[in-house]
Amino acid sequence: MDGTATTPATTPAPTPAEVGLSPPGVLRRVLGHPGLVAGIVLLGFCVAMAVLAPLLAPHDPYAQNLTQRLIPPVWYEKGSWAHPLGTDNLGRDYLSRTLYGARISLLIGLSVMLISGLIGTALGLVAGYFGGRVDLAVNFIITARLAMPVVLVALAVVAMIGGSLLVVIMTLGLLKWDRFAVVMRSATMQVRGLDYVAAAEAAGAGRLRVLAGEILPNVFPHLIVVATVESGSAILLEAALSFLGLGVQPPLPSWGLMIAEAKNFMFFSFWLIAIPGTALAALVLGINMVGDGLRDVFAPEGRA
Amino acid sequence: MLAYSAKRLGLAILVALLVSAVAFALLRLSGDPALAIAGEGARQADIELVRTTYGLDRPLPVQYLDWLWTVARGDLGQSLYFRTGVRGLMADKLPVTFWIGGLSILFALALSIPLGVLAAVFAGSWIDRVALAVAVVGQALPTFFFALVLIMLFSIDLRWLPVSGSDTWAHFVMPTIALGYYVTPPMMRLVRAGMIEVLSSDYIRTARAKGLSGASVVFKHGLRNAVVPVVALAAVQLGYLLGGSIVIETIFALDGLGYLAYQSITHKDFPVTQAVLLLLSLIYVLLTLAADLLNAFLDPRIRVS
Repeated sequence: MDGTATTPATTPAPTPAEVGLSPPGVLRRVLGHPGLVAGIVLLGFCVAMAVLAPLLAPHDPYAQNLTQRLIPPVWYEKGSWAHPLGTDNLGRDYLSRTLYGARISLLIGLSVMLISGLIGTALGLVAGYFGGRVDLAVNFIITARLAMPVVLVALAVVAMIGGSLLVVIMTLGLLKWDRFAVVMRSATMQVRGLDYVAAAEAAGAGRLRVLAGEILPNVFPHLIVVATVESGSAILLEAALSFLGLGVQPPLPSWGLMIAEAKNFMFFSFWLIAIPGTALAALVLGINMVGDGLRDVFAPEGRA
Repeated sequence: MLAYSAKRLGLAILVALLVSAVAFALLRLSGDPALAIAGEGARQADIELVRTTYGLDRPLPVQYLDWLWTVARGDLGQSLYFRTGVRGLMADKLPVTFWIGGLSILFALALSIPLGVLAAVFAGSWIDRVALAVAVVGQALPTFFFALVLIMLFSIDLRWLPVSGSDTWAHFVMPTIALGYYVTPPMMRLVRAGMIEVLSSDYIRTARAKGLSGASVVFKHGLRNAVVPVVALAAVQLGYLLGGSIVIETIFALDGLGYLAYQSITHKDFPVTQAVLLLLSLIYVLLTLAADLLNAFLDPRIRVS
């Protein structure tokens, strides 16, 4: 921007969004949004579980003990503090497995978000910025991708290649870019016609420079919101795949897999599915509340 | 309208073709079909024989065009696992999936329209917050976990409903709730946003100024306009549902397309997987085409742009 600072067109009046994005403004709005604060607390709790799992877990999450099978959690009559959340059908400590499970879910959420975010953002930016035939082509790809049911394609791919953490991450990452592309495309279209973009172009900035330097920072709030919500949805998808036996493989403590393994025992030991199920719902709830909250903070007019 | 329809139809056909190519490539490239047909532990000579008999040694594009032509004539091949024609197999299972999909959409509409309208009319009140909570929880709850909780509650504790199968209407209650709740949140949010926009528009204020009562304004003038995009979204969501019903059908052993897809995937029955993927995608393409045309018909602004 330095070479163009002499022309008046390069100093556009700050938009309301820009004003709101100054650090003190954001902090005030975040704290004034109870849903967002609750979401951050919930998500922070899950992240702490994942990070501190080696310190918090009372046992090795993989260690089996066939003499200690299906012990109920401590709040049941037969429970004990040796296994606060009980043990599973192989005698593995359920609290330790649940704690380590947070790592898998968060890893899935983050990596899928990064891969699909990269693909979708690139497609959306290019389509929205260049318009015309490029936009038509990208729109066509998005429509075709949306026509294919994610669960079915992911199940088929994982079944063919073989289930592992890496395969699940790659499969979901290569499938779930649609929302990024759709949102980035329309956000770029809105920004594209604004004065500072035209000014940068007039000043001779290359297309890549305009995209990365002018457009991307201004559509960033949209990107963050989509990324948040999409990582939650990726976590749910991994759990569903693992639940069906075509995702992460045993003995990894994926919450979806834990529910699948406990399914045959749920009639007598309901807590075996209730604990990972609640953990999964709480994590995704936290992520979605953060996403919803950020949407309000970035665009206060969105929710009356 | 005609020009728009023609353009939209052209896009739908192109998308259908691309999807068919992906469906074909995906299941051909990620495994050796000759090995799958010959079965585990087959001799190399047998595998080669299968390869030449089924024409699997030809170049992929040739195989694709051949396959497309066969599919276009209604021949979907033979199932490797069920040992019967894929078309007949799918025709048997399709009604169950349509029932579960249709019922779930009705359930979602029945929940999201009143809740969304109430949330919009009383925006900011506790009713609005309850509606929002229903939506937020619905988006976070894993469908398979919710389904298991429903089974525990209604089948084991209360003994009201059967656990699995698809013989009577009672078998459809829990799958409908589980799948319907899954698609409720986006629809409810859309109803709420649409109602808020409509209620603050000029003609509603005029209607109020004329002295019309609150309920009359909301239902006669407001809802009618706010519900149009919801119907279009419902069509798209129905497409999602048909894909998402794989998990639910598998849990409840509902004998529909989703369960068939799951079985075909676990048994490496690639002609069936391919056919289900193609069919579900085509249904989605048709539903979105119908939704777009309906929207354009109702809102002339879409046609022009």
